[in-house]
Amino acid sequence: MEALVASAVGIMTAAGIYLILRLRTFPVVLGMAMLSYAVNIFLFATGRLAVNLPPILGHAGAETAGYTDPIPQALVLTAIVISFGMTAVVVMLSLGAFIEAGDDRIDLGPEEKK
Amino acid sequence: MDHWIVAPVVLPAFLAPLIVLWMRFDLRSQRVFSVAGMTALVALAIALAVSASTNGPEVYRLGNWEAPFGIVLVLDRLSALMLLLTSVLGLAVVLYSIGSGWDKRGWHFHSLMQFQMMGINGAFLTGDAFNLFVFFEVLLIASYGLMIHSGGEARLKAGVQYVVYNLAGSTLFLFALGTIYSVTGTLNMADLAQKVAVMPASETGLLRVGAGLLMLVFAVKAALVPFQFWLPATYTNAPGPVAALFAIMTKVGVYAIVRIYTLVFPAGGTIGWLAQEVLLPAAAISLIIGMIGVLGARDMGRTVAYSVIGSVGTMMLAFAQFTEGATGAGLYYMVHSTLAAAALFLIVDLVRERRGAAGLAITPVPPIRNAGLIAGMFFAGAIAMAGMPPLSGFIGKLMILDATRGQWWLWGVVLVTSLIAIVGFGRAGSTVFWKAHAAAGDQPEPTKDASSPGLAFTATGGLIAGLVALTVFAGPTTAWLNATAQQLYTPSAYIDAVMVGAYERAWAATSGHEDSHADEPAESHAPAEDHGTDAPAEPASGY
Repeated sequence: MEALVASAVGIMTAAGIYLILRLRTFPVVLGMAMLSYAVNIFLFATGRLAVNLPPILGHAGAETAGYTDPIPQALVLTAIVISFGMTAVVVMLSLGAFIEAGDDRIDLGPEEKK
Repeated sequence: MDHWIVAPVVLPAFLAPLIVLWMRFDLRSQRVFSVAGMTALVALAIALAVSASTNGPEVYRLGNWEAPFGIVLVLDRLSALMLLLTSVLGLAVVLYSIGSGWDKRGWHFHSLMQFQMMGINGAFLTGDAFNLFVFFEVLLIASYGLMIHSGGEARLKAGVQYVVYNLAGSTLFLFALGTIYSVTGTLNMADLAQKVAVMPASETGLLRVGAGLLMLVFAVKAALVPFQFWLPATYTNAPGPVAALFAIMTKVGVYAIVRIYTLVFPAGGTIGWLAQEVLLPAAAISLIIGMIGVLGARDMGRTVAYSVIGSVGTMMLAFAQFTEGATGAGLYYMVHSTLAAAALFLIVDLVRERRGAAGLAITPVPPIRNAGLIAGMFFAGAIAMAGMPPLSGFIGKLMILDATRGQWWLWGVVLVTSLIAIVGFGRAGSTVFWKAHAAAGDQPEPTKDASSPGLAFTATGGLIAGLVALTVFAGPTTAWLNATAQQLYTPSAYIDAVMVGAYERAWAATSGHEDSHADEPAESHAPAEDHGTDAPAEPASGY
């Protein structure tokens, strides 16, 4: 499972980086989404991978079969919410730029290249 | 001062939705509440600074959860300094935007300003690395709105670049935090500092990766080379007052570098001299590129934007020494350069408003309205930014040179780039303001003027007055800033304030709870809901 999760993070990061280096906003937005998926899975895995274990400790002194770290789950929840909001912002912003400029090129016009 | 520490975050957090929901169509009350909020923030920041300079670091536990389990806000001298700088800048920017009418040219300017203040204040106060990420996102999302305020093709395109660059930075931030968490199991800065300090050197491979990634993230925010590409287009295309407010945004990155790399990863500690080895060359190259940019820019906005890159490089030269004296000098230069950059952005906006179609290009056009006053203010701002006597830039650079005595190549870099900046600012100012008289007569004088330029001039003049005050009271200011640097290099006070007794209090609260269940052992395997509903009451019972 480690290999699966690690390669998923790696492949999505690679795809994301490739896409955000494109010159059109649409692939860039997709790339940002890819990168945020990758980082969310990565954050989730930072508490070590565990299957079928609850994210809570038993009461003190009680025997527990083990537990999985709850903090990364809380962190990833925050990160998902933020990246979702940010994706919405960047979509609206690129739409605005597309409507104003008539094309979705990400670089600035020739008058800015000075 | 118990609960006042959280006020700089809570006050704008309440004001912003109030402005959006209650007075959406009433610009006058928006302005009144916005200015009142900013004034209250200045008063709060002064009170907190007074408190921080008499007491040691003070801790505010959100929800009364103990440190490594809950989030803490920590007020020390550095946080108080940054809060004060932010609120003064915020007040000047709001006054300018009212005076110049910028707040009428789009929706929700004042509420976005309040959200922006909330994010910046939170980032300066928080004592938790993940919470730092959250406040970074709050300030960034507000800045996205402010950046594209009043729209326009070039502004929206530059806005997309700015947003994408910062989103990539945020992703990197999460990767860095995840890596550090996977090694240490905590993200509270004081707890991290304790855990990192006792980590055997053979185990620190991943930690070094995390620390290095974190440095990259903060370098993106601070616009250090090689991550400075987003800055010129963003600052030039942002509305003038917003660009002035963004002068504090690069300092958020600088603050984070200073905080993390004195507290969690001190130089010569577990991760060795990694930070210094990376920072010093990056700072020197930023300084060189920034000042060459000042000379090479073809419009005034870019002149000032590149000078911001150069000034970040200058202050990082001081911070990268990781000594008390150099940090004190760097802090002085940071305060100075924030005020100077903000004043210059406001002056540039005054020029843009009055030149009409010519925009900001450094070409002679007929004299603008109020040319004498604006030229005078630009002269003062440029002198401060380039670091010539008599203003505070000179004192700041002198202190940095003094602190880097012995590293002669740094002296060479600072002095030569200062000369380049003087030539660059001199060329821009003389072409725009003085050659204008030679070009006069071709065109009628532009009649378009801002709604109440008096307030706009007052705000700009106020920032320059701040620079003069910083020069006149350089002695007491430096003494206070040196004490701040001293506090930064004795991190044990910060760590003790957060961590001493935290586990005991948390344990006392938990065991008190467990005792109540002790007589019914069947409950010890209680389901999660039981724990969840009781949990928030636990820490309170420990007091």
